[in-house]
Amino acid sequence: MTERLRVENLYKVFSKSPDPALRMLAAGAKKADVLAKTGMVVGLNDVSLSVPSGAIYMVMGLSGSGKSTLARCINRLNEPSAGRILLDGRDIVAAGEAELRDIRRKRISMVFQHFALLPNRTVAENTEFGLKLQGVSPQARRRRAEEVLSIVGLARWGNHYPHELSGGMRQRVGLARALATDADVLIMDEAFSALDPLIRTEMQDELLRLQRTLKKTILFITHDFQEALKLGTRIAIMADGELVREGTPQSIVLEPGSDYVAAFTREVDRSRLFDARWAMTPVQPVPLAAGLCLAETGDGGGLVLDDGGHVVGALDSETLRGLRETSGRGIGSLGALRKDFVTVRECDSLLDAARAHRAGRPMAVVDEEGRLTGTLAADRILAGIAAAPSHPAGGLHA
Amino acid sequence: MLDANDLNVFPVDAWIQDGVAWIALNLRPLFLAIKWPVEYVLNLNIFLLQEIPFLAIVAVSVLLAWRLASIGVACFSAVALVAIAALGVWSEAMTTLSLITTAIVICAAVGIPIGIGCARSDRMWGVVRPILDIMQTTPTFVYLVPVVMLFGVGTVPGEVAVVTAAAPPLIRFTNLGIRMVETEMVEAGLAFGATKRQLLWEVQLPLAVPTILGGLNQTVLTAMVMSVVVAMIGAEGLGLVVLQGLGRLDVGRAAVGGIAIVLLAMMLDRITQKLAQPGGPGGRPLLRSLRALVRSSRPATSKPAISSPDQ
Repeated sequence: MTERLRVENLYKVFSKSPDPALRMLAAGAKKADVLAKTGMVVGLNDVSLSVPSGAIYMVMGLSGSGKSTLARCINRLNEPSAGRILLDGRDIVAAGEAELRDIRRKRISMVFQHFALLPNRTVAENTEFGLKLQGVSPQARRRRAEEVLSIVGLARWGNHYPHELSGGMRQRVGLARALATDADVLIMDEAFSALDPLIRTEMQDELLRLQRTLKKTILFITHDFQEALKLGTRIAIMADGELVREGTPQSIVLEPGSDYVAAFTREVDRSRLFDARWAMTPVQPVPLAAGLCLAETGDGGGLVLDDGGHVVGALDSETLRGLRETSGRGIGSLGALRKDFVTVRECDSLLDAARAHRAGRPMAVVDEEGRLTGTLAADRILAGIAAAPSHPAGGLHA
Repeated sequence: MLDANDLNVFPVDAWIQDGVAWIALNLRPLFLAIKWPVEYVLNLNIFLLQEIPFLAIVAVSVLLAWRLASIGVACFSAVALVAIAALGVWSEAMTTLSLITTAIVICAAVGIPIGIGCARSDRMWGVVRPILDIMQTTPTFVYLVPVVMLFGVGTVPGEVAVVTAAAPPLIRFTNLGIRMVETEMVEAGLAFGATKRQLLWEVQLPLAVPTILGGLNQTVLTAMVMSVVVAMIGAEGLGLVVLQGLGRLDVGRAAVGGIAIVLLAMMLDRITQKLAQPGGPGGRPLLRSLRALVRSSRPATSKPAISSPDQ
């Protein structure tokens, strides 16, 4: 994935003359030191990160950690004190008033925590708000609004007012408004935090569904680590204005790196977070007979593959031993193959794998084309769910 | 022993007297320029309200009260207007109403832009605010002397005093209304690339309308009070009726004037108050009310059926 957004050494100090504070931060001072010495509040302290195109990039932190400040620096609702923000290589911080307005209109749009819908406008009028500011003709922008509203599932609600809608529906309007301008970067500032838990889950699923087709670059701010894990392609964790951990959800759960991050990861449901690929034992198929390969499953048995890598059957340990003793004779009759193996996809969660597991039956892990990539034994599933093994996708007899 | 009177060494009264006299003499074109639009609008209003037949005015008032406020206010308006006519002070009441409607027009034309300016610039608000404080705490009588010196006597100078007294609340409420618009709304405007002008017209002003209308209500009531007081500098209307009653010790006539003033004031207050309540019985802000007013003259179009959402 190419890089869409890059933040380089970004500082934000809430002051009209931040220079003394910036000098202190550059010398290694922390947020609390600066506050004690100068009375200035530090929002961001040397934050650098890279957001790949098409990713849902989660910025996670507790209140006061600077996560919202970071998001609002991206479209300069907060003016950064120092540093660069590159959107496709162009520095947003250096942009003049007109260029900034253009970026806000066409490149970066935003979804707000409390929706920020205009109460005096209908749902359709709210949706076309960004287009109206751009000067798009009434017919064209209404068409676009209807299009986007149907994408978020509010096709028939265009003529209603926001106060007639539930919280979840209002945020759908907020999302539709952000999508209407066709900006490729979306800032979602605690977008689902004001919703009740059931609606929040529904909106998260909806966002994931939309993202599969829209492929926007989303910077999602949240204080909810579960939400970060569920939605994020990558997660950045912030504390006191600094970036303390950055990585994929899995890598952060595996190696929190600090007690602060570990406090979030402790309660994580690993069975949903980790997929079969991660816990499986990779296979090294060896030729067995003409057109057939054997992949050992570790319990003495094996899976038999055809030329294309697809599993055609399983052999239990006794049959396999028998075959070895006779140097492969008898494999010609595929009748010796068991057909009761279980197949899971690489991207299935460990929870799905656990549900599919049947005692005494080998489990094959296949890729998107159905080719065998590994096997998954019950102990590996359990180990993956209970506590992470030190080496993901590691050796056979860990 | 030091006496308080010994300290009276500053002839402030003389300075002000000289100052105002100098202004009156040398800045006459300025005051003529201020007076002209006031005079124009006022005369137009007086002409309209005096010439339009009684029944037509009642009908229009009731319709306005009904569409802008509620059916109850409409009934009250009808009763109040008929009662004023029955008291025999219709013509005077219409002159007073002209003074008030003129004040509304001019205050809106001047006060709202000043209020907007104040909301957008702290420096301007810093200058305007103490002036408003002085204007609002000064007893209304005090306005009369400089007005007479600068504009003369009669109904038009009276109107100038009415406008001067009635403008501050509208400026204050406009400023307040715009400043009170939620930060998130303003940020939504900015985040989608609004220019300053777009931010004002698309976000801030529409959301400030209820507060501005609250200020309008205050302006109307202040104008009502002032329109009575300016009878003392020769302005016509209901105030003159009371003043005449006072001068002749004619309690009956003074009371008639007073009752008519109360009725008119209540009617105007009820109508303008309802405007300022977006969630009130009318349930609609001004612009939509006006649109509804226009639409009610056309045949009602059938509305599409609305299905309730699954929540």
